[in-house]
Amino acid sequence: MSSNQSEKTFPELLDILYRNESRRVLATLIRLLGDFDLAEEALHDAFKAALEQWPQDGIPDNPVAWLISAGRFKAIDKIRKYSRFSTLDETTTDPTGDRVTVTEDDQDESIKDDQLRLIFTCCHPSLSSEARIALTLRVVCGLTTEEIAHAFLIAPKTVAQRIVRAKAKIRDARIPYIVPEPAQWLQRIDSVLQVIYLVFNEGYSASSGSELIRCDLSAEAIRLGRLLSDLLPKEPEVSGLLALMLLQDSRRAARTTESGDLILLEEQDRSLWNRDQISDGVKLVRQALRASGFGAYTLQAAIAAVHAESPNANNTDWAEIVGLYDVLLHIHPSPVVELNRAVAIAMRDGPEFGLKLVNGLLDQGKLKDYHLLYAAKADFHRRLHQPEQAIAAYQQALTLVRQTPERRFLERRLAELQNK
Amino acid sequence: MKYLCLVYMEEKLLEAIPDSDCLAYDESIRATGHCLASEALQPVHTATTVRVREGRVNITDGPFAETKEQLAGFYLIEARHLDEAIQLAARIPPAQVGSIEIRPIRPIREMAKSG
Repeated sequence: MSSNQSEKTFPELLDILYRNESRRVLATLIRLLGDFDLAEEALHDAFKAALEQWPQDGIPDNPVAWLISAGRFKAIDKIRKYSRFSTLDETTTDPTGDRVTVTEDDQDESIKDDQLRLIFTCCHPSLSSEARIALTLRVVCGLTTEEIAHAFLIAPKTVAQRIVRAKAKIRDARIPYIVPEPAQWLQRIDSVLQVIYLVFNEGYSASSGSELIRCDLSAEAIRLGRLLSDLLPKEPEVSGLLALMLLQDSRRAARTTESGDLILLEEQDRSLWNRDQISDGVKLVRQALRASGFGAYTLQAAIAAVHAESPNANNTDWAEIVGLYDVLLHIHPSPVVELNRAVAIAMRDGPEFGLKLVNGLLDQGKLKDYHLLYAAKADFHRRLHQPEQAIAAYQQALTLVRQTPERRFLERRLAELQNK
Repeated sequence: MKYLCLVYMEEKLLEAIPDSDCLAYDESIRATGHCLASEALQPVHTATTVRVREGRVNITDGPFAETKEQLAGFYLIEARHLDEAIQLAARIPPAQVGSIEIRPIRPIREMAKSG
């Protein structure tokens, strides 16, 4: 390769390396330097050093380890010059001088642990949900502040503030950079999964106007889910959540019309479902169900898997779905699960049975302000040929609905009944 | 690192937590060296609030803010990091009926010396 050519290709190579590996390098630098901002600076210095050094020396055998060492030395250099950070452990300084060498502790296993440390820290339950999401997307996924702001339809300044405050809390309240202990494991993993699923849903239930941008959030959540599943392959709920996201996402192309209108599961063109995502998802669900300690994500994924493997709504194993909802309700009681179970029971036994359950929920004062309850109720009445009650329920749903595609769907159903 | 754990609870629930439970935990957390200071407070009706405005001392009856849960006591603890502080706070008996606010101590004296 001529030097002229290599000068052109090195920046490109580094660009790819940055995209694929910068988060791993950052995760370890945060541990070594004990400070998020310092580590981010060091990360950029490390890539700058690579750009200068690699064209002469060649690409190192282990570029990640090289970058970590480079970042660490650059940061320590800065600390020596400005002596801003007196708390830093002296033993991390490099006795050999400026030239970057790779040291023993930059091995793959500890790099994996560092990625976990980073995820758990960014999703620490002592941070607000908004802060966790912003910090995770910024630091773990490497999205820019502007990209995050765009995706959540908020001002970049707001996102930047959330990130700055979250980092300040991590530093000042000393949120530890560790993989949590067994006693706290369940709560902490739950907090991580919650962040990932919130990001996914933000992308999945996006309104039509900003659809394209927000699709990326679902992809980002799935990428995070895959990373976590690589790091914690034996954690059933991690597999369960990844499966759930893949199975839901597999229907993306069939979920809406070209104009952005919602299409219900039973009316979707199932040939548009993404078969690769389905087979990945189904495999993960089976794996999670075999493990002990699966939970609500796995069960929801199992329900989605039954749908994914059914040729159409009529030939769906509704008994199996009802059974899964029974288990879900047992481990994770919630009115929304009760509502979904009622819909499944209506499919298995007939709309009158669903209606009875939904009216039972209303009698208990549950989900009184939830538009989907009235949409389900309306649908049961419609199928029972009780148009007046169906119309009343659709109208009730319309007073409560907030998302445009859902509103248009309800309006369409209502119009169909009124025009009969 | 030092944290102050502020124990908040509704005073009418005080009876739900026997003093003997609180004393037992106090003894155990002191034995481990995690507790630097701890006290229970008299009920909020004994509180007095002092403000100085333009050199004049203003005194009012009651706490600074009327809230559903009142400050009932505190623990000043030493913990490696927030996770350890959370574990220690979760075992404070009133956490079962009230709430514990964990506040990191700002090292104001150390900062003044090093600055």
